[in-house]
Amino acid sequence: MRADRSRLPDVGPDPTFRFPRIARHTLGNGLQVRTVEHHTVPVVTLVVQVDAGVVADPPGREGLAAITADMGDEGTGSLSAIEVSEGLARIGAAYEVDVGADATHFSLTTLSRFAERGAALLADILVRPSLRAGDLDRVRQMRLDRLRQLKDLPPVVAERAFLRLMYGEHPYGHLSIGSAAALGALALDDVAAFHAARFRPSRTTITVVGPLSHGGLLQLADGAFSGWSEPLVPIDVQGPREVGSQDDPTSQHRLAIVRRDGAPQSQIRIGHLSARRDTPDYPALLVMNAVLGGQFVSRINLKLREEKGYTYGARSGFDWRRGIAPFSVQASVHTASTADAISDCLAELDGIRGSRPPSEREMSLAKASLTRGYPRGFETAQQVARSVAQLALFELPDTYFEEFVPRVHAVEAADVVRVAERYVDPARAVTLVVGDHQAVAESLQPLGLGEPQLLPSVV
Amino acid sequence: MLGVGSLTLPFAKRTLANGLDVIVHEDHHVPIVAVNIWYHVGSKDEQPGRTGFAHLFEHLMFEGSEHHDAGFFPPVQQAGGVLNGSTNTDRTNYWEVVPTSAVDLALWMESDRMGYLLPAVTLERFETQRHVVLNERRQNYENRPYGFASMAMAAALFPEDHPYSWLTIGSSDDIRAMRLEDVQAFFRTYYHPANASLTLAGDIETERAFDLAERYFGELPRGPRPAPVRRTADLANEARLVLEDRVEMPRVYMAWLSPAMFGEGDAEMDLLADLLANGKTSRLYRTLVYERRVALDVSAYQNSRELAGFFLLVATAAPGGSLTDIAAVIDAALQRLIEAGPSESEMERARAQAEAHFMYRLQTVGGFGGKSDQLNAYNVLHGDPGFFSADLSRYREATTASVRAAAVRFLGVDRRVILSVVPRGQRELALSGSQPVSVA
Repeated sequence: MRADRSRLPDVGPDPTFRFPRIARHTLGNGLQVRTVEHHTVPVVTLVVQVDAGVVADPPGREGLAAITADMGDEGTGSLSAIEVSEGLARIGAAYEVDVGADATHFSLTTLSRFAERGAALLADILVRPSLRAGDLDRVRQMRLDRLRQLKDLPPVVAERAFLRLMYGEHPYGHLSIGSAAALGALALDDVAAFHAARFRPSRTTITVVGPLSHGGLLQLADGAFSGWSEPLVPIDVQGPREVGSQDDPTSQHRLAIVRRDGAPQSQIRIGHLSARRDTPDYPALLVMNAVLGGQFVSRINLKLREEKGYTYGARSGFDWRRGIAPFSVQASVHTASTADAISDCLAELDGIRGSRPPSEREMSLAKASLTRGYPRGFETAQQVARSVAQLALFELPDTYFEEFVPRVHAVEAADVVRVAERYVDPARAVTLVVGDHQAVAESLQPLGLGEPQLLPSVV
Repeated sequence: MLGVGSLTLPFAKRTLANGLDVIVHEDHHVPIVAVNIWYHVGSKDEQPGRTGFAHLFEHLMFEGSEHHDAGFFPPVQQAGGVLNGSTNTDRTNYWEVVPTSAVDLALWMESDRMGYLLPAVTLERFETQRHVVLNERRQNYENRPYGFASMAMAAALFPEDHPYSWLTIGSSDDIRAMRLEDVQAFFRTYYHPANASLTLAGDIETERAFDLAERYFGELPRGPRPAPVRRTADLANEARLVLEDRVEMPRVYMAWLSPAMFGEGDAEMDLLADLLANGKTSRLYRTLVYERRVALDVSAYQNSRELAGFFLLVATAAPGGSLTDIAAVIDAALQRLIEAGPSESEMERARAQAEAHFMYRLQTVGGFGGKSDQLNAYNVLHGDPGFFSADLSRYREATTASVRAAAVRFLGVDRRVILSVVPRGQRELALSGSQPVSVA
């Protein structure tokens, strides 16, 4: 049978998919364990979530959470940093640390037959780091040098400046690496005290995923972590103050520039504080963003890339966290097109608030790609473990995955317009440009964003 | 010890009458199917003055074809799928990962652009993608620290008429000079069934997959197989170069010509890269970064390609560390390897890592590096999609002696390229005797 080329073939009914079943357990020391059976290749992933994200950095100690996390594999018990790495390498482990806004995730993936050794190494790293002065000095120096290098990376320069514009002095307002001044002032006592206060079984959740029974997966966590006792240091319950509301702009300016003379492109961020992850409007915000800028076929990318050729790609999104999250448009655009690109983005932010509500086709496309593609994210043990860890991070129910698709389907075009009006506002947005100031200054004036605030490349 | 049986990538292969290779791998864990096509064309098939064409052409493949004269993203995303493509020196690949219910859609679209692309290629689409590609180049090379280093290295390692002497992204001047007419000849030469390999991997039965491949691709005419590109390269001495860039720290790039992909010594060079400079357990990390602290980072890579390979070592100076110190430490480490080879303990570690990485490669059906992409890689570059297990054996069977022999043969200090990238205006930070190069 030859193909009928008069029309695209129909897509069949959505295949059924059983989302992973999560089992919850609590160890004797209060540690929460979540297990998921995942029977594909013989690979096990453990993700440990510690209540020690960037938000835990005390004022003047920016970078403390990240450097403490980094010290984990710099030596444990009697082992040196090199010996810890040797242990990881000998089981072919992939070990990663992600210092997020609200929590730090330590993850380890290894072959099933090495799972016990992997779990034991992870426990050593988390529970028994040596925290030696010599290692701290070396790690600190590497981070200071890294900070210097980041000055040359436009996307990172933009991210740093944008977070500061959004959150000011709140700990959400800095990257995990912190600042040179704070890193320079950190003492070993700071790291030890932070570790003692924040790394404790009662505030840690471990997700274990692999081709074993729930009991077998639990045994992996229990064998490695049950001996971890709650530190005597009292829990530091004093969290940072609540960040300002979405209507409370932290910057007085609507345009900010970080100079990068001679840059062939401008790195752009346009956004403002917008919504919290726990808002009931979350599914509507996902659909809204999918229409506006979350995907290749979204309005912003189609305009800036596919219609105008200003950029290799443009997107929008929320940087979700437990507190209020920023919504922003991000793109790297040809210097000569900077003002036009900003103007187009602002017009798109405005349009979705009502003058150009999503069409039926756009709604269908946005919802289909969010829902029909959802099972794809559950292929590997690592993907499943990360998804389950996200549920722990945002305190979402174990039924979240099954409920996701119907919740997205329930979103209507009117909901998209309503949440856009409430959470996206070009009049409140700050536009940040990392680029050649002299080359773009004049063209930015007609945008009506006022005088630019000039920012240093390192804040 | 894990059974060898579980470290395999089973498949079935047939070749259609028009020359299209079709490979199928079943994996029913998640209701998705990966569709992956490799065209055996890349920047190796370009000529000087026409660089970057294969990649710009790839962009046009997403803009529409005769029977679907509109962007390729919306229908696939409407079906819950994702899609992408990429071009390198040797091949161009395109893939979709779709729910099982949308396999027909993905195959229809891939076959339509393989057979009927040209009527949809307009001057307007061509011009827009030219600008998109110029912006891709600005974003990934021109506006990125050390972004020009790879161009300078390629140009120094290979002679001017060797297609590996330019990067796949091409030169801006060449991209600006491309003409719409060039698209047609390129399409006719390289985009046809006999120069392509199609893999379906995932939630689909083998027979149904072959039937669908025949239904959608069987009607397309066979084209002439392009003649293989043959070029040789040889480094007779050491070249020292310096490039000024908008960077904070000086960095040294050192490269040698090395075996082509799957060639004799290729796996050994890969192992050498790991034991020399990848991860905290490597020899150079230990000396340069951990003990002497003269470098911020060090890495190495056996970049093996179809026509040739090169082995690349990169280290960034720490404040107070000089490139001269770093190069001396590297040379001493190379000398020790050449004299004594790796230790048995290092080989054990390397074998464990290789085995784990091959296992990790079996976790996803689609996308870049997924099982469908690997089957096509083995089929196109080795002529046998079943090479997975033998590929792993290359690493399992490497010995201290074979690794040392590869170091002796390929890592001579008297035939290599050394590039110092230094902050603007600070050429004195380069290795002595370095000649300035300019790259745009």
